[in-house]
Amino acid sequence: MSLTINDVKRIAHLARIEVSETEAQATLVKLTGILGLIEEMQAIDTKGIVPMSHSQDVVQRLRADVVTAVNQREAFQKIAPAVEDGLYLVPKVIE
Amino acid sequence: MINASLKEMAAALSAKKISSVELTQLFLARIKSLNPDLNAYITLDEARTLAQAKLADVRIAKGDVAPVTGIPFAQKDIFCAKDWRTTCGSRMLENFIAPYDAHVINQFDHAGAVNLGKTNMDEFAMGSSNETSYFGKVKNPWDTTRVPGGSSGGSAAAIAARLCAAATGTDTGGSIRQPASLCGFTGLKPTYGVVSRYGMIAFASSLDQAGPMAKSAEDCAVMLNVMAGFDERDSTSLQRDKEDYTRDLNKPLAGLKIGLPKEYFAEGLSAEVATVVQEAIAHYRKLGAETVDISLPNTQLSIPVYYVIAPAEASSNLSRYDGVRYGHRAAEYTDLLDMYCKSRAEGFGAEVKRRILIGTYVLSAGYYDAYYLKAQQIRRLIAQDFEEAFKHCDIIMGPSAPGTAFKIGEKADDPVSMYLQDIYTIAVNLAGLPGMSIPAGFANKLPVGLQIIGNYFDEARMLNVAHAYQQQTDWHKQMPEGME
Repeated sequence: MSLTINDVKRIAHLARIEVSETEAQATLVKLTGILGLIEEMQAIDTKGIVPMSHSQDVVQRLRADVVTAVNQREAFQKIAPAVEDGLYLVPKVIE
Repeated sequence: MINASLKEMAAALSAKKISSVELTQLFLARIKSLNPDLNAYITLDEARTLAQAKLADVRIAKGDVAPVTGIPFAQKDIFCAKDWRTTCGSRMLENFIAPYDAHVINQFDHAGAVNLGKTNMDEFAMGSSNETSYFGKVKNPWDTTRVPGGSSGGSAAAIAARLCAAATGTDTGGSIRQPASLCGFTGLKPTYGVVSRYGMIAFASSLDQAGPMAKSAEDCAVMLNVMAGFDERDSTSLQRDKEDYTRDLNKPLAGLKIGLPKEYFAEGLSAEVATVVQEAIAHYRKLGAETVDISLPNTQLSIPVYYVIAPAEASSNLSRYDGVRYGHRAAEYTDLLDMYCKSRAEGFGAEVKRRILIGTYVLSAGYYDAYYLKAQQIRRLIAQDFEEAFKHCDIIMGPSAPGTAFKIGEKADDPVSMYLQDIYTIAVNLAGLPGMSIPAGFANKLPVGLQIIGNYFDEARMLNVAHAYQQQTDWHKQMPEGME
């Protein structure tokens, strides 16, 4: 299947990445090449095969329901782009 | 001393022949003279490094020593190290000062090792040539017009040029083994889950695994003893008894069955590399090993499967970079959505964006079954290939990469040809198996790596197999001209 320039823009929007018109064109060429590579998979019959996400037969561990994280607000906010009174600043979203 | 093994360095430190501060200064001086050209390190912090060396000397004076106490290591810039700038090779994290330590960093610190600095890498570990780093290309010390491989290219160049005693790396699709091959040293990717991923900046979580990069197998064994172990902070860390990875180093190889996958010696492998690899395998026969022909029929599919799974997981992992809590934020924007879109457009490089877009596409509504699910199914077939193969052999050998180091810029504009660099390494990540690359000789004066693939948790045996070869060859001791 082939990708269009509108597909690239739609995917970029979903990924929250701004792309210019020229970038979208160049991206289309590269993505088409990569998707061509991926298409090789479609020749394989995978009916009934259980998908594999982990090589070992493991289950998620449970831990005691107690607080383990300590409050490090100051340390974490020191590296934030914009903070005020212990809050992260972003553009207004509600009028 | 720069070419000494970790054991020899530890012995010299214990015998007070050299102090940790002196040993550290020796490497810092080499970094000062050689790094401006090679660009192996992104961040150096001499004061912090020397303070650690002084503490190590205090420990040594008290006799409180672990096998790596006082030895200076380079850390790939993917590992968060408290108060160190940790960039992951990206503009997104250009000014990110890590507020905590990765498990791997913790382990080295507790053992009294010295952190020499943070090494260059492909942006977010996405690349096979170290050309996607925001902080510039890294040069291969064997030929500075060529790439060191990637994504752990800075660690690779630092080891080849002896700008550290050894280094750490991470391997999602070959990022330890391919640079080890291209720069002529020993690198090991452990079984998935053996080394904690806590504090290691995530690329593709079901494939990412950290491992040692060093001159020899013995050095890798010493480092793996430091790095491996259960960590409850990583939900995929495996709960196993602690192992001593040096325990089998000197076992004889007689009777060892080596499987040679026909797919690893087929079209696409350079003839010069094939010759070197075959000579290394012949050497193993002399050591008493026997070889059997095996097949890994789904090898070719590992690349398409990987380029669905890795970008899918990356697109999800990298969604955290939103310009709100940390990382790059655009200077100008109209609203919240525009702030996200501009911050991410500016913060990520071209290859990272491509992978996020591919991942977003394959996970988007209507495509999940055709891509991600299908890839996870073929992933099982690939793992089953190995399961079947290990019924007939103890260990698998082949090339680590299809060629030697290529020219800087040669593949930079062609992602698909770059992706094919990892044809012999990716399947190992998909199956979750351990793999390593050891120096096996040279083709046209460039290093060639032999790949050794083991069954799950067979790292000690792989290190034994590599060590036996390194006792009889000196490929791993050779240094690039002009770097002595």
